Amino acid sequence: MIADGVEDEEKWLAAGIAGLQQNAFYMHRALDSNNLRDALKYSAQMLSELRTSRLSPHKYYELYMRAFDELRKLEMFFKEETRRGCSVVDLYELVQHAGNILPRLYLLCTVGSVYIKSKEAPAKDVLKDLVEMCRGIQHPVRGLFLRSYLAQVSRDKLPDIGSEYEGDAETAVDAVEFVLQNFTEMNKLWVRMQHQGPAREKEKREKERSELRDLVGKNLHVLSQIEGIDLDMYKDSVLPRVLEQVVNCKDEIAQYYLMDCIIQVFPDEYHLQTLDVLLGAFPQLQPTVDIKTVLSRLMERLSNYAASGADVLPEFLQVEAFAKLNNAIGKVIEAQPDMPILGVITLYSSLLTFTLHVHPDRLDYADQVLGACVRKLSGKGKLEENKATKQIVALLSAPLDKYNDIVTALKLSNYPRVLEYLDTETNKVMSTVIIQSIMKNKTCISTADRVEALFELIKGLIKDLDGAVLDEVDEDDFKEEQNSVARLIQLLHNDDPEEMFKIICTVRKHILGGGPKRLPFTVPPLVFSSLKLVRQLQGQEENPFGEEESTTPKKIFLLLNQTVETLSNIPAPELALQLYLQCAEAANDCDLEPVAYEFFTQAFILYEEEISDSRAQITAIHLIIGTLQRMHVFGVENRDTLTHKATGYSAKLLKKPDQCRAVYACSHLFWVDDQDNVKDGERVLLCLKRALRIANAAQQMSNAARGSTGSVTLFVEILNKYLYFFEKGNPQINVAAIQSLIELVTTEMQSDSSTPDPAADAFFASTLRYIEFQKQKGGALGEKYEPIKV
Amino acid sequence: MLVPGKIQHIICTGNLCIKEVQDYLKTLCPDLHITRGEYDEETRYPETKTLTIGQFKLGLCHGHQVIPWGDLDSLAMLQRQLDVDILVTGHTHQFTAYKHEGGVVINPGSATGAYSSITYDVNPSFVLMDIDGLRVVVYVYELIDGEVKVDKIDFKKTTATTHSAH
Repeated sequence: MIADGVEDEEKWLAAGIAGLQQNAFYMHRALDSNNLRDALKYSAQMLSELRTSRLSPHKYYELYMRAFDELRKLEMFFKEETRRGCSVVDLYELVQHAGNILPRLYLLCTVGSVYIKSKEAPAKDVLKDLVEMCRGIQHPVRGLFLRSYLAQVSRDKLPDIGSEYEGDAETAVDAVEFVLQNFTEMNKLWVRMQHQGPAREKEKREKERSELRDLVGKNLHVLSQIEGIDLDMYKDSVLPRVLEQVVNCKDEIAQYYLMDCIIQVFPDEYHLQTLDVLLGAFPQLQPTVDIKTVLSRLMERLSNYAASGADVLPEFLQVEAFAKLNNAIGKVIEAQPDMPILGVITLYSSLLTFTLHVHPDRLDYADQVLGACVRKLSGKGKLEENKATKQIVALLSAPLDKYNDIVTALKLSNYPRVLEYLDTETNKVMSTVIIQSIMKNKTCISTADRVEALFELIKGLIKDLDGAVLDEVDEDDFKEEQNSVARLIQLLHNDDPEEMFKIICTVRKHILGGGPKRLPFTVPPLVFSSLKLVRQLQGQEENPFGEEESTTPKKIFLLLNQTVETLSNIPAPELALQLYLQCAEAANDCDLEPVAYEFFTQAFILYEEEISDSRAQITAIHLIIGTLQRMHVFGVENRDTLTHKATGYSAKLLKKPDQCRAVYACSHLFWVDDQDNVKDGERVLLCLKRALRIANAAQQMSNAARGSTGSVTLFVEILNKYLYFFEKGNPQINVAAIQSLIELVTTEMQSDSSTPDPAADAFFASTLRYIEFQKQKGGALGEKYEPIKV
Repeated sequence: MLVPGKIQHIICTGNLCIKEVQDYLKTLCPDLHITRGEYDEETRYPETKTLTIGQFKLGLCHGHQVIPWGDLDSLAMLQRQLDVDILVTGHTHQFTAYKHEGGVVINPGSATGAYSSITYDVNPSFVLMDIDGLRVVVYVYELIDGEVKVDKIDFKKTTATTHSAH
């Protein structure tokens, strides 16, 4: 039979539909000619198609729906008949003459609907009769659909409070009774399906059962809609009766589905008030039922209920919801020692979410939940399973989302302990979640203790944990991680210098364990945070009676020196050099000459020993010159040593044009506007002349190598520098020198052997224009420029 | 205003540091011009750049190459060398805008308010330029004590650009 299967089913369904349609046709003819007898005859024949055992529930449903539609027309006809004088009681009796029981019952239900509407008998009586009569069908599929039909036609005719069918009872007891009975019988039929047929078809049966489950569940839905059920009635009769059926049927599929149904269908306030009873049912269920999922969904609903408004929260407290749920979960986990770890974490995750919504201020509750989780995890070692670790991330993210604040989450003593059980990858994921939460909420982490705790938590990002293989990490991912750590470092702040220094020391301690790949990302932000602190302290008066222990710029510089040092060993010499120069300038601003000198020394050593790439050298030398130019803290000797070195480096750059430019930049080392004792006109001129010689040499080399003298740009640049110092009042620079330079350039540009360079031409032109402008300005400046002929 | 589609060109003096920031700027406007700052991880940004927008020639450079740092006369020299009407440089993290007979020198300051050895109390700032014919209006946005302050400066060119081959 299995082999024939689907194709045959299609055939039978087609046959059934054909039969149904044919009889329906005749039935319509009878209806049109008001022929009651024939109508009944053909409708019964039509309904006989539903007597089949050959169809799966899915296909049976198709047949059923067509019959259903036809029966609607029949019902309308019956209503017309009663108006025409036919008694509904007679009709009710008449249809029972149908030959086979199934058609008989469908017809009876149909007439019953009309009967109730006629109000010639109380609704409750008719319904009671019908629900009893349906016992006649014990075949699961047929019985379920029949009772489903009964439920559908009776739906709007229940003797509910406020309904027109209420009767004189003034309660909804009868309505409830009817629905409960129908539900109970339907469940029994449904469960019976499990045991029908051979064992090898079990899977097929279970699938079919699954298709039918909504028919059974619908009854609970109807129950939930009955107006007359208040909390007391729910508590006293409805829930106990339903649960009794659920527990007693001892069927795993039914129990799982129905428990979930109850939870989804009835209002959350009812669940709160019946929490004991509800939770008490769980241990009575079959051991194979997936209780954790149902429990999780219950907690989810209650969480959402709690989140819907603060006014419902007292209810939760009043029924001690947390304690009850906590206990229930504990019992479930205890009763199922083999529950996979994913299940355990899911349960605790739901409970934690619940706790966060209902008791947001009770950190101890949240901590309790995490603690229970830790206990369950202990002894298992690090988790490998993907889903389980994802659940843990969800578990740990929940407090972050709720509190919007890692600081509060850190107060949960079990929080870091849960993190311990994550494997390295997941630890990194969690760490990133934490950092993102901090950045999104602009959380202020302002004490060294908190920083310590935080960096412990995110240690997966800070250093290589045991078992981590760095080679496997994608480079872009790694950069992103480290950049987020860098951003985090920038955010750590406290206005109190003492505390800030402690924070810096704590961060430093952690990042130095990060290894050569991480330091280039993490050291710079730390250095700049430290320099900001230095500047803050600079503004304050140096207290000669201050404590030994108090933070001073000197202390910070000491730390900085040791920190930047770590970069030189990586190697990251360019970065280290830049940071040394930043420190030097800061030391300069604090008037700490030896400290500044030391930083320059370190920078120069790096330049000499580690920086060999030409482009890097050019950048480095400009930074050195630029920084040195701004130093005011150096005495003559120190300054001389450093400038001498700087000019030396400049002259030794690889390419002549670069040499030239660096050397004339050095000219500024000897003339600083706001430092009167640094205005050495002679040495300025020496530099410029040296630059000129280099430019000449460059021309000659170019001639020798390429046959043309190359661009005159360098000469124009030097000319501009001459003008700069001329304007500043350097006595060594006179009009004659400038004039001869102008002529030099002009000659060179007109020479045949020079390479035409429009950029240089434009540069020269704008320089000459500048000279004109200055002349036009009149006054002392104009006079100065007057003698220059362009 | 910093949403995609509103800005036609972005001119950046450098020290974006990481590619992420470049990617972000690209989402605001695909026509992105960047010169190299000393902390940029991308070593292929040029040291200087020139571009023409409407009637104006603009020059771009980070500025650590121009010594003394922040010195107007030295910057003016670079402006003459690049032969541009508007020179945009950075490095000092301090907004400045100078008009002189050769043109305009603008320093948009630091967009993030980052530490600078040169400037104390850096306020985050950036500049929007509205170029219309021979006129450019420079709007500077500064974040001072939590509030955004806007100022504007007007420049007018006297002659149209002569398009020389660059």
